[in-house]
Amino acid sequence: MFPTPIQNYSLKINIGYRVILVITLVIWLLPLIAVMLTSIRTFDDVLAGNYWTFPKETAFISNYAEVFADGKMAGFFLNSLIITIPTVIGTLFLSSLAGYSLAMHRFKLNLLVFAMFIAGNFVPYQILMIPVRSISIELGMYNSHLGLIIFHIAFQTGFCTFFLRNFIKELPFELIEAARADGATEWTIYRKIIIPLTIPALAALGVLEFTFIWNDYFWALILTQGDTVKPITVGLDVLRGQWTTAWNLVSAGSVVAALPPVIMFFILQRQFIQGLTFGAVKG
Amino acid sequence: MTFWERNQLKLAPFLFLAPAIFIFLIYVIYPIFDSIWVSFHEWNGMDKDGVRGNGKPNWEFVGFKNYITLFTDDDEFYVSLFNNIRWLIFSLLAIPIGLALALFVNQKILGIRYIKSLFYFPFVINAVVIGVIFTWFYNPKYGALAYVLSFFGIDPIPFLADENLATYGIIIASFFPGIAYTMILYITGLTGVSREMIEAGRIDGASGLTMLWHVVLPQLRAATLIAIVVTLVGALRAFDLIAVMTAGGPWGSSEVLAYKMYQEALFNYRMGYGAAIATILFLIMDIYIAWFLYRLFKNESSEK
Repeated sequence: MFPTPIQNYSLKINIGYRVILVITLVIWLLPLIAVMLTSIRTFDDVLAGNYWTFPKETAFISNYAEVFADGKMAGFFLNSLIITIPTVIGTLFLSSLAGYSLAMHRFKLNLLVFAMFIAGNFVPYQILMIPVRSISIELGMYNSHLGLIIFHIAFQTGFCTFFLRNFIKELPFELIEAARADGATEWTIYRKIIIPLTIPALAALGVLEFTFIWNDYFWALILTQGDTVKPITVGLDVLRGQWTTAWNLVSAGSVVAALPPVIMFFILQRQFIQGLTFGAVKG
Repeated sequence: MTFWERNQLKLAPFLFLAPAIFIFLIYVIYPIFDSIWVSFHEWNGMDKDGVRGNGKPNWEFVGFKNYITLFTDDDEFYVSLFNNIRWLIFSLLAIPIGLALALFVNQKILGIRYIKSLFYFPFVINAVVIGVIFTWFYNPKYGALAYVLSFFGIDPIPFLADENLATYGIIIASFFPGIAYTMILYITGLTGVSREMIEAGRIDGASGLTMLWHVVLPQLRAATLIAIVVTLVGALRAFDLIAVMTAGGPWGSSEVLAYKMYQEALFNYRMGYGAAIATILFLIMDIYIAWFLYRLFKNESSEK
């Protein structure tokens, strides 16, 4: 309702609005358009300083093939998947258990535990850096996928527990009381009642967490060494150093590194926005 | 009845919480205290019982020495702190810009759904890619910015190579995902704005900016609050873009506390000194944490 619907204005303004809208969008996406165009340019084209013209010769296949050529990029990409997927599953599992407990059970330290999860979530990474690195080394998990996965699960559990606790608290408590009266165990209630009703929140958190973990750079930098475990964010940074001014390769690599969350965003946009704007309407 | 059946309701919440609390205590809560402890020591990161080449122990208690050095004998620390303040102030600009764009696209026309998604999606692109793109964008020789400026006959501005401009150049890059995020928040917030109040406002003769300020913005408070919290936390966490775009340079001019901490600890092997910087960053962040918790529990108790 706000601003006034454009349909209330004259035809001229309507056309003008749509034209300006498209122009704004193109300007907004200009850096990304340039990267996508450059990723299919030949190196000669790049050297000639052409950015905005459509590439004379497209080198789509050869550029992307070259990005993957030495196998490093494929390795980084795979590492990202190996780290991200178990993290998302593990985080959702632990935080849905914790969220159910905090939302539907009364006990003394309930609010304190809840506050701890929220507060931990805002902590600057640097205050955790030295000890987390030492712990990983001591547990023999430094420079391993597992080390990154466990840390990410621990840290993300704070945010997800906060989110799920608030979501589960809105569910009808009578349902759980009725199940308890029927003799259902708490575990059955969690599995058969809480989880099915929490699916929308889990989906929203799932896509959000996938993006957060995929895009992590700092912890990958702190907890890995060499190329074997590095995810694609740090990997791209490494490869960028090798490609130097071959902007066509740098661009193609960037597109590959950005793609999975982008695809996920376009497919699951509704879940994504629900997750991001949780609490933005009421409050 | 077995013991379990009788006490299930009392025990289940603790069992359900146990794994999350256990892992959270080890990887988040304990490290906070351990870092503060480390900040009172001089430590090169090696075996704590070992001795350095010059005969000094690897790990030695030094009291407040690291903090005193930071405040009295480290100009870089003030550069970083000042840059953090710049980040805090300027990154907030993403909020009004995001609001303006949200209002701009908040129309029901054919295809608007797709246009909105195209505005949103830079939010999911990782900082390394954003950093790479903007480094290239600013490149005085090959970059798009130089290309655009040359149209107007202006010489290229080497944003990232200029001590005074580098931080601003990085903050502008951070706007790209930042504005997309505030846009998402505000567009969702706008769907919850009451129709009646807008119409009542119109009858009272409010329109445009007066309507925005007096009728719409008060209803967007929740969105604004989240936008501010997330933007400020993001500003204090600024690291990725700096590491990718300038590595703190030129000559340390674009460093922030987070980056300086990383440098001191992992490159200069001054763990205690790095931990002291982290502790200061943590104390700054505590102001926000306290404020957020206070608000949250005020709401929580008013709901009951």
